[in-house]
Amino acid sequence: MSDPAFELIVGLEVHVQLQTQSKLFCGCSTKFGSEPNTQTCPLCTGMPGTLPVLNREALMLSIKTGIALNCEIARFSKWDRKNYFYPDLPKGYQISQFDLPICGPGYLEISDPKGEFKTKKIRLIRAHLEEDAGKSVHDEVSGSADTKIDLNRTGTPLLEIVSEPDIRSPQEAKAYLTELKLLLGYLNVSDCNMQEGSLRVDANVNLHIESNGEKIATPIVEVKNLNSFRAVERALQYESERQFSNWKSDGFTIDDRPKQTVGWNDSEQKTIPQREKEESADYRYFPDPDLVPVVIDGTTIDTIKDTMAELPSAIRNRLESEYQILPYDSDVMVNQGREFVEYFEAVAKESSEGKVASNWMQQNVLQIMKDREMGIEAFPIASHRLANLIKKLTAGELDNSRAKDVFQVLLEKDLDPAVVMKELGIEAVDDSALESICEELLAMNPQVVEDFQAGKKQAIGSLIGQAKKKNPNANPGKVRELLIAIIEKKL
Amino acid sequence: MLNQLSAFELIEGIGDKKFSSVEVAEAFVEQVEKRDADVNAFLRFDPSYVLDQAKAFDQKHSSNTAFGSLSGIPVAVKDVICVKGQVTSCASKMLEHFVSPYDATLIEKIKRADGILLGTTNMDEFAMGSSNENSAFSRTKNPWDTDRVPGGSSGGAAACVAAGMAPLSLGSDTGGSVRQPAAFCGVTGLKPTYGRISRYGLVAFASSLDQIGILAGDARDVALLLNESTGHDPKDSTSSPTDPADYMATLHGDVSGLKIGIPKEYLGEGLDPEIAESVRQARQTLEEMGVEFTEISLPMTSYGVATYYLVASCEASGNLARYDGAHYGFRTEKNVDAAENRLLEMYRQTRSEGFGAEVKRRIMLGTYALSSGYYDAYYLKALKTRRLIQDELNAAFKQVDLILGPTTPTPAFKLGEKKKDPLSMYLGDIYTVVANLAGIPAISFPSGFTQSGLPIGLQLQGPSFSEELILRTTCSFQKNTDWHTKKPAMVTGAAK
Repeated sequence: MSDPAFELIVGLEVHVQLQTQSKLFCGCSTKFGSEPNTQTCPLCTGMPGTLPVLNREALMLSIKTGIALNCEIARFSKWDRKNYFYPDLPKGYQISQFDLPICGPGYLEISDPKGEFKTKKIRLIRAHLEEDAGKSVHDEVSGSADTKIDLNRTGTPLLEIVSEPDIRSPQEAKAYLTELKLLLGYLNVSDCNMQEGSLRVDANVNLHIESNGEKIATPIVEVKNLNSFRAVERALQYESERQFSNWKSDGFTIDDRPKQTVGWNDSEQKTIPQREKEESADYRYFPDPDLVPVVIDGTTIDTIKDTMAELPSAIRNRLESEYQILPYDSDVMVNQGREFVEYFEAVAKESSEGKVASNWMQQNVLQIMKDREMGIEAFPIASHRLANLIKKLTAGELDNSRAKDVFQVLLEKDLDPAVVMKELGIEAVDDSALESICEELLAMNPQVVEDFQAGKKQAIGSLIGQAKKKNPNANPGKVRELLIAIIEKKL
Repeated sequence: MLNQLSAFELIEGIGDKKFSSVEVAEAFVEQVEKRDADVNAFLRFDPSYVLDQAKAFDQKHSSNTAFGSLSGIPVAVKDVICVKGQVTSCASKMLEHFVSPYDATLIEKIKRADGILLGTTNMDEFAMGSSNENSAFSRTKNPWDTDRVPGGSSGGAAACVAAGMAPLSLGSDTGGSVRQPAAFCGVTGLKPTYGRISRYGLVAFASSLDQIGILAGDARDVALLLNESTGHDPKDSTSSPTDPADYMATLHGDVSGLKIGIPKEYLGEGLDPEIAESVRQARQTLEEMGVEFTEISLPMTSYGVATYYLVASCEASGNLARYDGAHYGFRTEKNVDAAENRLLEMYRQTRSEGFGAEVKRRIMLGTYALSSGYYDAYYLKALKTRRLIQDELNAAFKQVDLILGPTTPTPAFKLGEKKKDPLSMYLGDIYTVVANLAGIPAISFPSGFTQSGLPIGLQLQGPSFSEELILRTTCSFQKNTDWHTKKPAMVTGAAK
């Protein structure tokens, strides 16, 4: 008997550090990588008598994100204390939001330009704002097993975005995270640097198995320690297989087992159960009496909406209609980030050649960025210079391969393409000169003419090469056209 | 004797150069050195620290530099308000050696107004208690009878004023901690409206109830210090944006036509008859001044203590979580290496050894009441009751301008008398907790003495931000009575 069909069910919890200058409840810097405990004050070290004061910037960024994620923005929100003891939490509680988060239900649309899955909406349960904890640094070098605490991160604003279990495959999970990261980048909400921990992902995973006409849910597993999108994909793939084989051997369902926490081990490429807590955590949430509730009025929301940057999905649609490019092309460019799109649009507008500009961006520009490991902001050719080059190309003043020669020079020298063309001796060849070259070549190569007439159209290819040798500025397309016209005229 | 003058008189005298700030400081230092061995009002008192500040002020004064309105007079600080570079221990072993890295907003204001910080007064540990017997360090005695408690938690703050050791004193009031010791020690003590004085730098007991209060010899001295204490503080989100008033300017206004209510529930069972009589007498005095009295009913009063102990303990369980030995303060010296979970064992031992019994009792009570399964029955219900108490008071203030009643059901009790019975101690807070639950201002002022010579205090409560009216009414009462001018033998030097 063949295995029954099953479906992977995934919900993601994403913690995003907001790009604020200062921490959520005090004025300390949020900069990453400073000397331990240099970005602290009496408040974020939990000194007696200190009081938190909300950073409005963090609130605004959260509302902005909520709007972009189609969330209902709460008009009334409040702060709650999540109580637990840990050395990286100096107050003994974390200020978070329990029952009234800033962002209520919403969704994020994901699609796959390669068509592996259909465009779908991943529903979001909520997004709430909270303060980050510090870092425990385990000093294993000295062998003393000492743990040191760095409180620089303590109090950094975190937005926790929680999805419904709407994700059905590792590919969808990756698409969701990629789109979310892109969106947060476009909004300037977060740098989403996973290495620095400014984007952290936990996944809740189980399977729905079709067995004897029944749908069986396997126990839910929460996967932590997912340090890259690739790790998320692999961990989900791994869990999918592991849960299915476990079910086949033990038959346990969601009703038999409480939620289990596992950690992804990247070097062994498997999930490892984490030590269960001795007692189930009771965080004893209660409203933080040191902070006043947050009241968000319609004007605030409207102002944020009005000043919000265009979102990736809207940009994709606009690029496709404004510049007549394919969804695949708009996707590749939008995924490069806002600055890349801005550069493309400048080139496309100036040259009035959207499609050609799109091709140049994806092939030549992106290739250089990759080779030189640079962002578009460091790309050496100014957009109007590239636009000029494209104009000359489409006007037939030079061919594609000569255009690339010019491009190479532009990378090194801040010159107008016309000047470079002159330097390289590129100039348009007059039609009659080109015609005489063609006449001459055909006369010298009767065999080619014969082959062509016999139906071997590709035979004239060799003449194009010879034409270019005679005059490097000869446009291959033009030469081909002329050669064919002359042969056909002779018939 | 300069230490027998009011703060107001001292400021006048210094202004007129009748005497210097150093002379004033010396008078109080002398009284502390002479009498505090019996009273134990101060936990930390450094004469040279006090005199240095006074000298600096006198220099400023003599060079005709502009100076603040506190004019170099001393202010005692309860050990729960942070002073930069000084130990702020909350009378707890947990913070015995904790040196605050910053000044509380109020301390900054007092320094700016040229007040002089006198010393740190004793209190119940983390402001939890009504007798000062919960201090980890010493027992403060009532200056009127040293066998009796000064009240609490601001016991040291009240005792030092009563004993002529300080003209002005800062306390904190979470459920009556300024007013009850003021009543026990025969001084005037104000708990302002929640948010009136910034809480930044006041070590939290129960954040939604805590409020810094002022103790002094009379309402005028309270008004004088309150004028320097109020105002919105950007460091305290719960501090009020309401513009503070000039309490000195409105102090001497008329009170005739004022309506005061006396809740019948405040005169019921459990109230000492001598105190009940004092309420009647005070009513008569005020009536003679043109105040109209009405009997009102506040049936929610009986839920006050239960509601208070739930709300306060729940918040305290969170607020005191930070004292875990990991970052600062006391850490157990016991070796925890053998424990299966060393971190957990370190926390357990540290908190077991560092906190006193009452603090532990309240942390456990609050932790329990917030636990899943109990939250709705206790904490949530307490919040609902709190709202009903607030509503009832708001309704009462539509009928009357102020509410008068006793501050405490009994006068000061003996040391050790209630130590073994925390519940009876809690019930003593019946008249005071309501103002904290409702966030309204309330004052306790001297209204007489018992046959045995113990001070009696009465309480006036008013609607939010009615400090002007409360102080004016108290001041009027004090112009027509002399209870507030009586001083214990240890001040006047008379034989007992």
